[in-house]
Parts: sequence; structure tokens; C-alpha cells
Amino acid sequence: MIQFVVSQLVQSLLVVVSAPLMLGWVNQCRAWLQNRTGPGMAQPYRVLGKLFVKDAVIAHNASPLFRLTPYVVFGCMVLAASIVPVLATDLPFSPAADVIALVGLFALARVFMALAAMDIGTAFGSMGARREMLVACLAEPALLMVFFTPSLISGSTALNNIVETLAHSSLAIYPSMAFAAIAFLMVMLAENARVPIDNPATHLELTMIHEAMILEYSARHLALIEWANAIKLTIYSAIGVALFLPWGIARAGEWLMMPLSIAAFVAKIAAAGAGLALLETMSAKMRIFRAPEFLGMAFMLAVLGMLTHFLLER
Amino acid sequence: MSSYAPLFAVIGVMLFWVVLGLAGLARSHDARLVFRVLFPLGSIAGAILAAAGLAGISGTPAALVLPLGLPGLPFHLRLDPLSSFFLLLLGFAAAGISMYSAAYFRKTENIKPGLIGLQYHLFLASMLAVCLADDAYFFLVAWETMALSSYFLVITDHKLPEVRRAGFLYLLIAHLGAISILLCFGVMQNNAGEYTFELMRAARLSDFWATVVFLLALTGFGAKAGFLPLHIWLPEAHPAAPSPVSALMSGVMLKTAIYGLLRVTFDLLEQQIWWWGVVALAIGLATALSGVMFAAVQTDMKRLLAYSSIENIGIVLAAIGLAIIFHAYAMNVLAALALIAALYHCINHAGFKSLLFLVTGSVMHATSERNLGHLGGLIRRMPWVAWFGLVGTLAIAGLPPLNGFVSEWLLLQAFLLTPGLPNSYLNMLVPVATAALVLASALAAYVMVKFYGVVFLGQPREEKLKQAQDASNWERAAFVWLGATCVLLGLAPVAVIGQLDSVSLLLVDATLSGNIARSGWLFVTPASPERASYSAPLFLAGIVGSVVATFLLVRWLYHGRVRRAAAWDCGYPQQTPRMQDTAEGFGQPIKQIFEPFFRIERHMPKPTDERPYYWSKTEDHIWFWLYLPVAKAAEWVSKLVGVLHHGRIHLYLIYSFVTLLALLFLIR
Repeated sequence: MIQFVVSQLVQSLLVVVSAPLMLGWVNQCRAWLQNRTGPGMAQPYRVLGKLFVKDAVIAHNASPLFRLTPYVVFGCMVLAASIVPVLATDLPFSPAADVIALVGLFALARVFMALAAMDIGTAFGSMGARREMLVACLAEPALLMVFFTPSLISGSTALNNIVETLAHSSLAIYPSMAFAAIAFLMVMLAENARVPIDNPATHLELTMIHEAMILEYSARHLALIEWANAIKLTIYSAIGVALFLPWGIARAGEWLMMPLSIAAFVAKIAAAGAGLALLETMSAKMRIFRAPEFLGMAFMLAVLGMLTHFLLER
Repeated sequence: MSSYAPLFAVIGVMLFWVVLGLAGLARSHDARLVFRVLFPLGSIAGAILAAAGLAGISGTPAALVLPLGLPGLPFHLRLDPLSSFFLLLLGFAAAGISMYSAAYFRKTENIKPGLIGLQYHLFLASMLAVCLADDAYFFLVAWETMALSSYFLVITDHKLPEVRRAGFLYLLIAHLGAISILLCFGVMQNNAGEYTFELMRAARLSDFWATVVFLLALTGFGAKAGFLPLHIWLPEAHPAAPSPVSALMSGVMLKTAIYGLLRVTFDLLEQQIWWWGVVALAIGLATALSGVMFAAVQTDMKRLLAYSSIENIGIVLAAIGLAIIFHAYAMNVLAALALIAALYHCINHAGFKSLLFLVTGSVMHATSERNLGHLGGLIRRMPWVAWFGLVGTLAIAGLPPLNGFVSEWLLLQAFLLTPGLPNSYLNMLVPVATAALVLASALAAYVMVKFYGVVFLGQPREEKLKQAQDASNWERAAFVWLGATCVLLGLAPVAVIGQLDSVSLLLVDATLSGNIARSGWLFVTPASPERASYSAPLFLAGIVGSVVATFLLVRWLYHGRVRRAAAWDCGYPQQTPRMQDTAEGFGQPIKQIFEPFFRIERHMPKPTDERPYYWSKTEDHIWFWLYLPVAKAAEWVSKLVGVLHHGRIHLYLIYSFVTLLALLFLIR
């Protein structure tokens, strides 16, 4: 029992602590692709450290909900980090929540974020909240449908069991999973506020989505939200590699497998980050009303994946 | 004898409610007596009813014949797990809503307290009687009493023409439904000449007549529940009625229709045909999607909630459809899962929708505004209302660890278990149905963020909102009661499912307890622990634990210093409340994406207009495709009949003469 708990804690802490590194790696790759030197991979840590020591400035009319939200968002992401099998399956916490609950957890964080954005009552805050909820109400169903394809294959909605089944299955490639993978990539870009839906580097008033929501936050509140976003990106990447490239993951308690598992994870996630940077460099941001088409396509691909499973794989 | 105790308690509560209503009538103008004494007493009776219902769910069925009614047609009563469950739902919701009503009605001057009290308590008693009836005659008497008493409650503000119009529409659709239910029972009695449910259970109908019964029941109960296309009265009647009445109608009365549908489909009919389930599933999902889309574009907070009720009822119907499909293929455990998801969603909806309607009532009292465009920022003036509104909002948006999530989770699990069905066409349909369901629940989150954000957050859009007063103690007590129910139903799914098992045993001959018991009280595992599990208490502990740990760590490692300043907003100095998103603005993306589903009339200003203005109106296609043609046809027919009417006596004498001749000729 104790080793399960230890592996759970190790994994959650690892994800939480290394998440800014992942963000730094993506930014660094992007800088290289754009022929810039880049600030180095540790830059997100420096930013967070700076933000934590500053005094928080909040608007006169901010309600307690506004101050509570950064903690809720961060807490949700920490919890999500302990549900997703990153290094090992069989985590003790994973029976508490399956993929549907994981999607619900992301939704909980998002709803709090959107409500906090509307709390001050500024033009940009409510605009950001509206756009974020618009993207989410199309991305969330697509994400669920993406998850349902592997859960039909493995007969389970628990992420652990899905990953176990996929990692040790005899059939290497499922056609339905190809559809799901493309849809997942599109959803991941949308949900993490990346190009082509949103641009994390922009503060151009009329184009921002996520940044518009967090305009009023400063100091430790902002740091928590930024950190939570980094964790979210890492978790999404981890889910992606766990579902679509599951090889090399260990079972909890298999300490001998751990170094291999860590090495495999680092390699896969670094590749994912580099790929993300490449995608972002090569594409341009869409107009906001093109986003529904993009997400609608992701949704249809995910549904097609499920149909393909029924048609071909049973 | 002990198995009769819950039945007697239930009958006692029914009589007590009737007596309360009559007592108020005796001293009709005494607002203090009616609202401050009778309503709280009714609330206690509601709590007793909830306890009796809880006892009845696991008890053995008890039946009784009351020597009332017409000669030869006595009232048959029966308390079985299904009716007990709906009585539990009625009891707990009524307890909260009556408590709230004690404070709500105080300010309105142009109403007679005694009359309100009579209608309100008759409404409660008739809903109770609907669930208790064991013959078609008593059922319909109760059903009609329910329709009439709620009609009079809806038109409480009958001086406003739109309220009278809403009431008329409600009455019309209610009677369409009642005719359908009457015909349904008529077919089911199968020439026996007896109308007890006991005989209907024993009757063997051919597939054709069973289908007729099911479709009539779906129409009849659908008119009350608000299934597409019979939902149009809901968004009219709910805003017209006083808030506690809206809460009762939306939270409880819609569920009596679900009760009737379940009673006919699973209890009175012997077996189901699989395509009934497909029909129910399709209508349910269409209802859910259309309800949530229209909710997103509403600007009146009670209309928004009414459309959201349509969405939730659609989800319940979809779950019932799935249960029918599974049961028709003799996959009883899965049918039990889908059925439990439906029942769970019913009780959840009774909790959070009543809570939210009561919240809108308090907001209306404090601000006398129902239009979202004139509200805002109330979290700072009305913290009690706002924080309990947040509980209801998160619950209805289907977010873990509250109750709305549990029932949606169970339903999605049921959907994911459909590959076992031996019908490949159904297997193809399921991904599409799942997609529709998840889209509806994601849009629900959008709608609720709009509702909560526009009403409670931001800057107040009107000057007078700065004087808004928080809810009174009675109202707060009701919020606590209903809010706590939402939380408890979310945190203890294993216990709730354990209770629901006896209902599913009655209806589909299977339970989930075998699957649940394997993994203990902490985890819900509808099929097997490997397949899926969810633990709300652990989930909540995880969130609270990590939030508190983060908070303490940040304080301990760094500091908690805060400065207040003007809002930043990219440096714009002039921030007025009009710069925030309005309700229209927030719903605009949905309007644009799903444009074909709405009938939108727009007036765009021309460049040459001296006083340019923009105006748009969003309506339901169904009005124009279904209801207006029917209304026009009725008008046309009555015009044709009108040709015969000239108002001259000799013409009428000729008509009588011709009729007489024709009859003589025909009959001879």
C-alpha cells in the first residue's frame, strides 16, 4: 500500500514541479524555430518566482469568488495530475475519478475561471469569459468523444485500465484511434489556448481569449493561474502520449521499471513539446468565428472514430 | 401492519395539506396566519412526507381502497417503491419551497392570501395523489386537480395580459395531454370495464395496442413534462408564475409526468418493444439540445431556467429510452443502470432547479427585475442568495463533485455499455446519441455561466441594484435545505443508488447493488470496478485538500499581502457597467453557430438612418411550423361553420327541419 501512495505522490509532485519546464521547453523550441536565442528553459520558473514575491493588486469591487478562483483552478489541476497515469498505472487515487470525471474536473476549473473573469465587470473580462466558454462548449464534447473510443476498445472508462489495455494489446494500430488522435490534437490546442485558436503570447485586445480572462489578476494569483496552465498543458500532453503512444509505461510499485518509464516519458513529452512548437510556428491564429468550424471538425472526427470502432473493430 | 405505516403517513400528509388550504380560506385576508403559520406547517408536512417516502421505497407495497368517489368507482391507493420515490422527491422539494413561500408572498398586495394558500396546498396534495393513485379514475381526478390548481397559481398576476395568455396556453396543452392520457387508459383497460391498475397489469395487449398505449402515454405525459414539440408552454408559464410556484412546477410537477410515463411503460405494460426506446431517445435528445440552445439566448432569467428544465427533462427521457432498449433485449442490469440514471437525474433536478427558481425569486424581490439586462453585481449586495445560487449553478452545470454530475456520469456509463446490444443499427446510432448528450451537457455549462455571471457578477447595470437587500431568514433556511440536498446527493451516490435499487427491481427486475457492494461505500461502480468507478467524497477531499494546501503553502512560503486599486482592463480609465457583456451579448455566439435552429428576425440600421437602431427577436421554429398552422386551420374551420350562422331564427328553424328530415331518412 505504502509504495502505491509513494508512487502517487512522486508522480503528482513530478508533474506539478516540472510543468513550467515543459512550458519553457515549448517556448525555447519556438524561439529556435523563429531564429531567436530564447530566454532559456528555466524562464517560467523565474517568472513565477517574481510573481509570488510581489504584492497582489485587485480591483476595488472584487468579490471573494475572485480571490478564491486561482486556488480552485490550481487545486483542480493538481488533482488532475494525480489522476492521469504519467509514469505508472495502478495509481491509488485513480479509482476516484475516471476520464469523464477528469473532463468534469477541467470543466470545474474553467467555469470558476470564467466566473472570476466576469466578476470585476470589465469589458475584456466578460469578453474573455464568453469566448472561453464558447471554445469549451465545443471542445469538451469533442474531448469526451475522443476518450470514448479507447474506452470502448478497452471496455473501461478508467484511464489506468485504458492505458494498460492499449500498452499491452496485440493489435498495434486501431483505425478508430487515428481519428481520435487527430481530434485530440485539435482539442488540446483549443483547450490550452494555443495557436490557431488562441495565442498565449498575445495581449492584443481584440484577439485574446484566455489572456482576456486573467487580465485583472496579478502577483501570486496570476502565478497560480499561469502555473495551473502549465500543469494543464503537461497533463494534456501526458494523456496524449499515454493514449496514443502508451509503450514504456510502468505499473505502480515496479521500481525497476521506473527509470525506463521516466526516460520514455521525458523523451515522448519532449517530442510532443517540440511538435507543438512546430505547429504553432507554422500556423496562424484563426478568426474567432472560424474556431467553431475547427472544433466542429474535431467533434465530427471523434464521432467518426467511435463509428469506425463499431464498424471495423468488433 | 408496519408496511401500512408509510401509506397512512402519506395519506395523512395529503389530508393535512387539504386542511391547511381550507383553513386559510376560512380567514382569507389574514396574510400573517396563512403565510407565517400555514405555510411553515405545510413545510413540516413535506419533511414528514419525504421520510414516509424514504421508508416506503424499501418497504413492501401497501394498497388501500377508500370509499370515496363515485358509486362503484372507489379510490384505489397504493404505495410501492416507484411512488415512494416520487413522494420522497415531492416531500423534500415541498418542504424547502413552502418554507421559502412563507417569506415570498408577504409583499404582494393585490392577492388574497387565503386563495393562494388553498391553490398552493391543493396543488401539493394533488401531486401527492397522482403518485398514490392505483386506478385510472382517481389518477385522472388527481391529474386534473393538479392541472387546474397550478393553472390558477400561474395566473396569480392575472391583471397582466401576458400572464393570462401564458395561463391559457398552459391549460390548452395540459388538456391535450389529459385527453391523450384518458385514451391511453381507455386502451389499457382492454374491454374489462374496470379501471384499476391491478387489472391493467394483468391485461395482455397485442403489440399493436401496446404501441398505441406507449405513444399515447408519451404524448400525454410529454405534454406535461415538456417533450419536444409540446414544450412551448414551459417558457411562457414559468416566468408568469410566482417563483415558488415555478419551483414547484419545474422541480416537482414535471416529474409527476415522468412518474406517469414510467408507471405506464414499465409497470402497467407487460413488455416493451425496442424501437419505443429509440423514439424516446431521439425525442429526449432533441428536447435536450433544443432546450439548452434556447436557454443560451434568453434574456429573462426565469425563461432561461424554464428552457434549462426542458433540457433536463430531455436528458431524463433519453435515459428512459435507453432503459427501454436494454429491457426489450432482456439486458436487465443495464436497464437498471439507465433507469437509475433517469431517476437520479429527476431527484437532482428537483433539488437544483427548485433552488435556482427560489434564487430568482429573491433576486426579483430585492430588485423587482427579471430581465438579465438590468441585473449584475448582486454577489456583493446579496451574498446568501449568490453563494447558494453558485451551488445550484455548479450542480446544474454537471460539475463534479455535485449531484448533477453523478446522474450524467451514470447515463454516460449506460451509453458506453451499449456495444453489448445485439442490434447493429442501434450500435451505429449510439455514438451519435452520445455526441448529442455530451454536447447538451457542455452547452448547459455555458448557459449557467451566463446566468450566474450576468446576474451576480460584474458591476450592477442599474443604479437601484446598489440598494438590493439580502434574503430573509425563511428564504435562507430554504436555500440551506435545498443546497444541502444538492451537495448530499452528489457526495453519497452509493447510498442513493442503494435506495433506487428497489425501484429498479420493481420496474426492470434487476438491481445494481450486486455491482455496487463489491467495492464498498466509497466508490460507485455501476458495472465492475475495472470498468468504471467514481468516488465523490475522495474527489471532494482531493479538491479541498489541494486548495487548502496551496493556500497555506503560498501564505507560508511567501505572503498574503493585497492592495486594492481600480480595475486594470488594459488601461481604459472609463469603465461603465454598460461595457460588460449583456445577456444578448453572451448568448450571441450560440445564436450565430446554431443559427438554423432559431427563427431570427433582425432589423439592421441603414447608413442613411437618422436614428439608427438594432433590434432582433429569436423565436422557436416550432411555433411557425406546427402551432400556427394548427391555429390557422382551426380558425378556417370555425369561419366555415360561421357561414351557417346568420342570427335569423327562420334559418335556424330550417336547419332543424333539414336535420330532422335527414335523420328520419337515415334511420327510418
